[in-house]
Amino acid sequence: MGFLIKYKIEGLLYELRAAHFLREVKKMIKVKVKLFATLRKYHPYPEKNKSFEVELPEGATLNELYKEIGINRKEIKFTFVNNRSCSDDYVLQDGDDIGIFPPIAGG
Amino acid sequence: MKKFLRVNMKDLKVTESSVPDKYSKTGGRGLTSQMVLDEVPPKCHPLGPNNKLIFAPGIVTGTSAPSSGRISVGGKSPLTGGIKESNAGTPFPQSMARLGYKALIVEGQPEDTDKRWVLKINKDGAELIQSDDLKGKGMYETIKILKERFGNVDICGVGPAGEEKMAMAGICFNDPEYRASRYSGRGGLGAVMGSKCLKAIVVEKVTSPIEPQDTDLFKKGQRKLVEGLRSHDVTKPGGTLNSYGTAALINVLNQAGGLPTRNFSEGVFEEAEKISGETIAETIKQRGGSGQTGHSCHPGCIIQCSNIWAKPDGSEHVSCIEYESDWSLGANLGIDNIDEIAEMIRICNDLGLDTIEAGVMLGVAMEAGLAKFGDGKAAIELLQEIGKNTPLGRILGNGASFTGKAFGVTRVPTVKGQGMPAYEPRAVKGIGTTYITTPMGADHTAGYTIAPEILSVGGKFDPLSPEGKAELSRNFQATTAFLDSTGYCLFTSFAILDIPSALEGMVETVNAVLGTDLSTEGAVEMGKEILKVERKFNELAGFTKYDDRPPEFMRYEKLPPHNNVFDVPDEKLDEVWDF
Repeated sequence: MGFLIKYKIEGLLYELRAAHFLREVKKMIKVKVKLFATLRKYHPYPEKNKSFEVELPEGATLNELYKEIGINRKEIKFTFVNNRSCSDDYVLQDGDDIGIFPPIAGG
Repeated sequence: MKKFLRVNMKDLKVTESSVPDKYSKTGGRGLTSQMVLDEVPPKCHPLGPNNKLIFAPGIVTGTSAPSSGRISVGGKSPLTGGIKESNAGTPFPQSMARLGYKALIVEGQPEDTDKRWVLKINKDGAELIQSDDLKGKGMYETIKILKERFGNVDICGVGPAGEEKMAMAGICFNDPEYRASRYSGRGGLGAVMGSKCLKAIVVEKVTSPIEPQDTDLFKKGQRKLVEGLRSHDVTKPGGTLNSYGTAALINVLNQAGGLPTRNFSEGVFEEAEKISGETIAETIKQRGGSGQTGHSCHPGCIIQCSNIWAKPDGSEHVSCIEYESDWSLGANLGIDNIDEIAEMIRICNDLGLDTIEAGVMLGVAMEAGLAKFGDGKAAIELLQEIGKNTPLGRILGNGASFTGKAFGVTRVPTVKGQGMPAYEPRAVKGIGTTYITTPMGADHTAGYTIAPEILSVGGKFDPLSPEGKAELSRNFQATTAFLDSTGYCLFTSFAILDIPSALEGMVETVNAVLGTDLSTEGAVEMGKEILKVERKFNELAGFTKYDDRPPEFMRYEKLPPHNNVFDVPDEKLDEVWDF
């Protein structure tokens, strides 16, 4: 029933299924992720001090991001999104800058 | 611990006395602050004959309590003009306590200021030894000479900055391997010691721990606290403090938009990763040789958060690169080269300078155009001016506030004349409230609200909100005043904030040593009493609530990325003292 069209507008990836009429099915977003200290073992690439991009469906939360990366939630102590601390149910926005930390303290 | 040791530098006499009852149930900061109020005329000149310098190990220091090798040094500060307590982690107070000394009071001033003296303390007593050959020597050489001369001793002393009575001079203590690296840095107490021509103190090393009054209770408490420290993710062996050192906070504060950058003009440093705790730990591993993470500042520490930085060829450069120094001489100056930061720390350790004040001063100097932000070599040269004692060096050596005045800078991040540490008040308002209201001048350790505001330890508070910050800061300040009296490292607080049994254990060890029956609530009350004592001294020295105010620019300059000003109202700041 119809065919799939993928296209980009201002960097956002849209998937459209054309049937009797064009209908938006799924919009994807990209976020930038940085992992710190002991969490760097979950980094998918060799340069562990650099950020990497993750693509998720619009509406995805931080919790879903954790699952996507494969981090054990118990190892996460706090997460900053665009320099603000956010909880697991925060709904990600395209272009968000995310830093994920294990328990850290000092002085 | 049963004795006081009094050293009169005017007539060069040393006397011992028993501890008056009034001072028997305290130690560390509680003891130094009470004695400063009782014995130092609040209006005296900090560098004159009437100021005193008081050294006091913590209550449990010298016992087998974990992470408790700390000493408090107190006096009237030449930097702030108010009361000062500055503490350090080192083997020195463990030996001092084990020899039976609860406090050492240095008073008076010699008439001949050309001479230099070393105070030698051992089990037979104490004596002053004329040591003019040490005059003007850096701390690395001073410790080396004293170790050769006196053998198995722990050492403290002042470098040329202290001898020249500069207001950012600290007091240096040895680490377990005799590096000149452990500092009671803040507030210029090194200048007070220098003003008394006391170059150094050597204490016979004693390694056998003190037996507390109530051994059973002590062991019970000690066990609980050790378990807490060994199980908390931050303090445990292999935990983040042990693996990455305190500089793991560079990335945290940077992500929070609260890492003061280029003299407190931004909250994010774009090159933070290059000076982060993660990079430090990785580089130490890669370079091999003398480098080490998980280094201990005194025997008996479970946390072991210090490090030793090696040069590219593996030879030792400096200990230690901790968060505050890494920030003050790094991000705060726009410098992203750890080797340059390490060299500046080495210079500070040698000249006897507080690394926080040095970095804040250099930020102000760069603002004034004396060097460009990011230029490490120029920053190193400016620090060297202090060692040369040139007129410029003397200006810089008197700290950020003085330098700001000398060069007409208005963005001067100080409170009561003391440079702000590594957390931006406009991005983290509880710690700003602490900086502004503590009797110490801007000091993060006085009430470390970063724990709940940023690190999710001991609760959770929104760092950007001005709400509830007076109460938060007050509670942290009171608890810290108690902790600083016990001799326990402030970092034990991460475990005791989250693990109630660890807190109980800590208080039990204190009770076991003092023979008291203090509850955990009583401990906080004891902290409040200490704060009142310190506040009282400052009032008598001429401070009012109008000194508990932020630097003006923080009220009108918005700090990126949050574009916030410091908006805790004055009347809320005053509420910190409503108790």
